[in-house]
Amino acid sequence: MSDVKSKIRQFLTKYIEHNNFNDDDHLFEKGYVSSLLAMEMVVFVEAEFSIQVGNEDLNLDNFKSVDAIAGLIIKKTDN
Amino acid sequence: MTDSIQARFQSFTQTHVAPLASRHDRLQCIDPELVGQLAAQGYLGAIISEPYKGLGLDMPTFGLLNYELNKSCTAVRSLVTVQNMVGRIIERWGNAEQKDQWLPVLAAGEKIAGFALTEPEYGSDAAGIRTCFTDHGDTFAITGTKKWISFGQMADLFLVFGQAEERLGCLIVEKDTPGLSITPISDILGARGTMLAQLEFDACSVPKENLVTNLGFGLHPVAFTGLDLGRYSIAWGCVGMAAACLEASVTYASERRQFGSCLKDHQLIQALISDMTVDIKAAKLLCEHAGRLAETNDRNAMQEMLCAKYFAAGMVNRVTAKALELHGANGYAPEQGIERFFRDAKIMETIEGSNQMMQIMIAKYGIQHG
Ligand SMILES: Cc1cc2nc3c(=O)[nH]c(=O)nc-3n(C[C@H](O)[C@H](O)[C@H](O)COP(=O)(O)OP(=O)(O)OC[C@H]3O[C@@H](n4cnc5c(N)ncnc54)[C@H](O)[C@@H]3O)c2cc1C
Repeated sequence: MSDVKSKIRQFLTKYIEHNNFNDDDHLFEKGYVSSLLAMEMVVFVEAEFSIQVGNEDLNLDNFKSVDAIAGLIIKKTDN
Repeated sequence: MTDSIQARFQSFTQTHVAPLASRHDRLQCIDPELVGQLAAQGYLGAIISEPYKGLGLDMPTFGLLNYELNKSCTAVRSLVTVQNMVGRIIERWGNAEQKDQWLPVLAAGEKIAGFALTEPEYGSDAAGIRTCFTDHGDTFAITGTKKWISFGQMADLFLVFGQAEERLGCLIVEKDTPGLSITPISDILGARGTMLAQLEFDACSVPKENLVTNLGFGLHPVAFTGLDLGRYSIAWGCVGMAAACLEASVTYASERRQFGSCLKDHQLIQALISDMTVDIKAAKLLCEHAGRLAETNDRNAMQEMLCAKYFAAGMVNRVTAKALELHGANGYAPEQGIERFFRDAKIMETIEGSNQMMQIMIAKYGIQHG
C-alpha cells in the first residue's frame, strides 16, 4: 500500500508544485489539480499498475485523493 | 502484412474515393453510395473491436487507413475519423447495454455518428461549455447550442457534451429526438464535404441511460479518448494530403517545361521538392511513433499524439503552399486538386485543438515531465 501511495505521490508532484498535501486531501476541491489532469491520472493508473479503468470506476470518488486512488488500484489488482 | 492491407486501402480509395473528391468539395456533401461502400469495407468501424463487428485495426494500421483516405479526400477521412471517435468512446467508457446497442450499428455504418462538443461561445475552452442537462428523474432535458459539428447534416446520433449543475458529462442523442433541430452550415473555406451543422437543443428529453459514464470526473477522460484518436487520425490525414501534393508536384515538374527544360531540372524547383519530401517524412515518423506508443498504452502516447498533430498540421500547410507555387496558375484551378488540399490544410490547424492549444499542452507536458 505504501509503495502504491508513494508512486501516486511521485506522479502528482509533477503537477502540484508544493509537496505538502496529505493522502486524504481532496485534490480537486483544494484546487491542487485541474480537471484536465483527469485523463493523465487514468493513463498513469493504467500504465503504472497494469490495470484497466472501466466505465464504473470513472468516478470522482476514486480519484479525489491519494488514498482514494490507492484504494482503486488495490481493488482492481485484487480482482 | 501491413503492406498488403495498405495496398487494399489504396486500391479502394483510388477506385472509389478519388474520383468523387472534387465533387464532395463542390457539392459540399458526401456521396451516399460511397458511405455504403465505406461501411461494406468495415472502415466505419475500423477501430471498433471484432466482437462488436468492427475491424479491430491496431493504431498503426488505422493510421495508414487515414493516410490513404486523405490522400484522396479530406471529407471522407473525416467521416471515418468521427465515426471511429464516437465508437471508441462508447467502447471504452460506455456500459454493456450501450456497447451492445450502438457499436455493431456504428461498425456496420447503419448509423452515422457526430461528436458535439463545440458551442458558439466555447471552442478551445471546452471545459466551459454551457449546454445544460436538467435532471427530470428518468430523463435529462438538454438545452443549448452546438456549432461546427462535422456530419451534423447526416448523422443519426450525436455524442453531446454538456453539464448538469456544473458537472460535465455526455449523452447519446438520436437525431429524431423531439426538441433537437439541425441547421446546415455551408460555404466554409475547406473540408467542405464535411456537412457541418449547428444543433439546437430546446428541452430535448433523453433517457438517463444514455449517459456515457458518470457525470463530473468522467468528462475529460471521455472527451480525451475521442480527441486523442481524432488528432491521430488528422495527423495521418495531413501526411496523406501532403503526399498527394508531392506526387502531383513531381509529376507536374517532370512534364511542364519552361526556359527549354522541365521544371524538375531547375534547382529552385528541386529545393521545393526536397523541402516537401523532408517535411512529409518527419511528420510521418511522428505519426508512426505516436501510433506505436498508443498501441502499447504507453504513458507518453497522448503527448506524442499532440506532437504529431501539431507538426503534421503545420507541415501540410507548408507543403500544399509549395505545391501550389510549383504548379503556377494550373495549381489554382480545381482540376489538379491542389487548391482543394490547400484550403483543407488550413482547417487542420484549427480542428481537434488549434495550433495554440497544441502548443500549450505540449509545453505543459514538457515542463511537467522535464
Ligand atoms: C471543418 C470543421 C469541423 C469541425 N468539426 C467539429 C465537430 O465535429 N465537433 C465539434 O465539437 N467541433 C467541431 N469543430 C469545431 C472546432 O473543434 C473548433 O473550431 C476548435 O476547437 C477551435 O475553437 P473555436 O473555433 O471556437 O476557436 P477559439 O477557441 O475561439 O479560438 C480562436 C483563436 O484563439 C486561439 N486561442 C484560444 N484560446 C487561447 C489561449 N488560451 N492561448 C492562446 N491562443 C488561444 C485559438 O488557438 C484560435 O487561434 C469543427 C470546426 C471546423 C472548422
